[in-house]
Amino acid sequence: MDIKDKISTLVPGVEFKEQGDLIAVIPAASFHRAAEALRYDKEDAMDYLRDIVGMDWGETLGALYYLESTTTHARIVLRTETADRENPLLPSVSDLWKTAVIKEREAFDFFGIRFTGNPDMRRIFLREDWVGHPFRKDYDEKSNELNMNNEVNADVTTEYTLKADGTLTTEKHVVFEPDDFVVNVGPQHPSTHGALRLRVALDGETVKRVDPVCGYIHRGIEKMNESLTYPQTLALTDRLDYLSAHQSRHALCMCIEQAAGIEISERAKYIRTIMDELQRIDSHLLFYSCLVLDMGGFTPFFYGFREREMILQIMEETTGGRLIQNYNMIGGVQADLHPDFQKKVKEFIKHMRGIIHEYHEIFTGNVIVTTRLKGVGVLSKEDAISFGATGGTGRASGWANDVRKHHPYGLYDKVDFKEIVYTEGDSFARYMVRMDEIMESMKIIEQLIDNIPEGEYRVKTKPIIRIPEGNYSTSVESSRGEFAVFLESHGDKTPYRLHYRSTGLPLVHALDTACRGQKIADLIAIGASMDFVIPDIDR
Amino acid sequence: MKYEEFKNNDYLENMVKELQANGVNVAVSKLDDLINWGRSNSVWSFLLGTSCCAIEFMTLGAARYDMARFGFEVTRNSPRQGDVLLVLGTITNKMAPLMKRLYDQLAEPKYVVAVGGCTISGGPFKKSYHVVKGIDKIVPVDVYIPGCPPRPEAFYYGLMQLQRKIKLEHFFGGVNRKQPKPIEE
Repeated sequence: MDIKDKISTLVPGVEFKEQGDLIAVIPAASFHRAAEALRYDKEDAMDYLRDIVGMDWGETLGALYYLESTTTHARIVLRTETADRENPLLPSVSDLWKTAVIKEREAFDFFGIRFTGNPDMRRIFLREDWVGHPFRKDYDEKSNELNMNNEVNADVTTEYTLKADGTLTTEKHVVFEPDDFVVNVGPQHPSTHGALRLRVALDGETVKRVDPVCGYIHRGIEKMNESLTYPQTLALTDRLDYLSAHQSRHALCMCIEQAAGIEISERAKYIRTIMDELQRIDSHLLFYSCLVLDMGGFTPFFYGFREREMILQIMEETTGGRLIQNYNMIGGVQADLHPDFQKKVKEFIKHMRGIIHEYHEIFTGNVIVTTRLKGVGVLSKEDAISFGATGGTGRASGWANDVRKHHPYGLYDKVDFKEIVYTEGDSFARYMVRMDEIMESMKIIEQLIDNIPEGEYRVKTKPIIRIPEGNYSTSVESSRGEFAVFLESHGDKTPYRLHYRSTGLPLVHALDTACRGQKIADLIAIGASMDFVIPDIDR
Repeated sequence: MKYEEFKNNDYLENMVKELQANGVNVAVSKLDDLINWGRSNSVWSFLLGTSCCAIEFMTLGAARYDMARFGFEVTRNSPRQGDVLLVLGTITNKMAPLMKRLYDQLAEPKYVVAVGGCTISGGPFKKSYHVVKGIDKIVPVDVYIPGCPPRPEAFYYGLMQLQRKIKLEHFFGGVNRKQPKPIEE
């Protein structure tokens, strides 16, 4: 049955918007019922909630829910809203998708929308004593001065429940009991990969609960985007997940090109795809180095950086940047390939294939490594889907979620590569997925590197780009999961709202499930094997 | 590097003039030289890595850019063991009180190096509602290393400037490094 008919039978009189993405506008009263029916649909269950995007439409506050089916990979967007700006309430879907718990917290933090039925309605990124909700269009940017007092974190969360007669009741949930032994990890910690803070409750050595505190590197990129023109917004994507700089920017460029109807040349597509894969190898080599460093090994760190430096040099020659390249532009790429590019890439692949055995010899088979990684931090397939833990973490749990395979972009439908899927779901499987993906990425590059067609590397675009009204989205497989761009345009030269799907936020959320019952010493190794980048979580 | 090849030499010359204003004791100044030689060649950095610049700093520790040649390869993750606070990455409003606390925990004599555009002025996030527009508003900064992120060579240059600064100081004689006040808004 067509998805539109299905929703129409669920909610009579539902309205559809088809400017860009297909959006079903569902009234808040029947939203939970409709979402539940789609989630547990027999033939095409929408069991993966990609993201919840909070929105301020002026008159109303609301949210967009991006759903995907893990069997057919069909996608649909639901929209619901409330006209009450003083005390906005929406029904929570946290009982259907686990990831909604943290995504709804984000919408509450940014827009002040309370989700009735969500057990955890604390702020997530901003301080708990922050005044106002910054993503509302009427927010005064001067209303919060720099506060140098130390922040106090609450140990209880509030759940709001809307009774049938319209009254609102609150219920308290305890995060940490007064006699819990809570260890604070971060935000200044060498092994949390940035400014992430974890509050960990312990029973002896065993982890009872992990409560992530985010926002120490929340830079307000999405809010800044609303006052930048489209070409200007590009610069900030590189700084989200700096180890997927090419891929994130690729997603945003594709989204704008698709919305504005810009056709890019075949050469630009080749360059983008090769660069994405080089970036992936770069990121996975850094993952290897960081994982071993976190586990106390120093020699393999030098191995990883030795080969990574070769990629950085190739990147620098062509793009001018080492870590952050600012290479993709609307309509193509910024500069043509360096004359030595193909030669150096081929040299690198030859070198890498010849040397990867060193990585495995020193680390993979090591007895300490296998005991500390195998069977530790297991995330089941159901949990991985429910948490939306994409990328290597999801694929280690048996969830085939590679965007390159299921929603091909660039040239991924023309190249032959294998989607790496493991079923164990433990830290070791997560490690092996990345190591195998390095080989697959090299395979992809080899198929493309000799066939780069001649032509323009960039088509001319106007300096001011206006995008027709509507909602647009694209997704790419970044180094650590599905990175997606959700754009709502009202026909201006600046976006009305530009939201990025964080690849790391679901991973940090899933950390609690993966670490419960494990030893505190393994917490860092589990976190390292999940491979999150904090600026991408906090945005 | 040769003395003439460094920039900002006038800054250091002024600093020497200021330090020598009350006259210098010959014996003590020789002892100063010895101590400063040791101090400047074993700068232990305490890392506060929040984003991109921290990754670029990691390459300094690896084989190609090997910073051990210059005497600042030891990095510590506890403020009790560091000499210089290296701020690598954006400092947000939520992080600012923590950075101040970490600075306060460093033992004297202590230095601060601001790495990257974000720490110097807010960088690309200057217009954000949640980013500190320059860490020198919170803690005094000795060396600024611009870039987004800076190249490894820029890190060297910045840290070598810090070493030169340390070499000029008087450890004895009551004219030890004066604590500059943070810039008031």
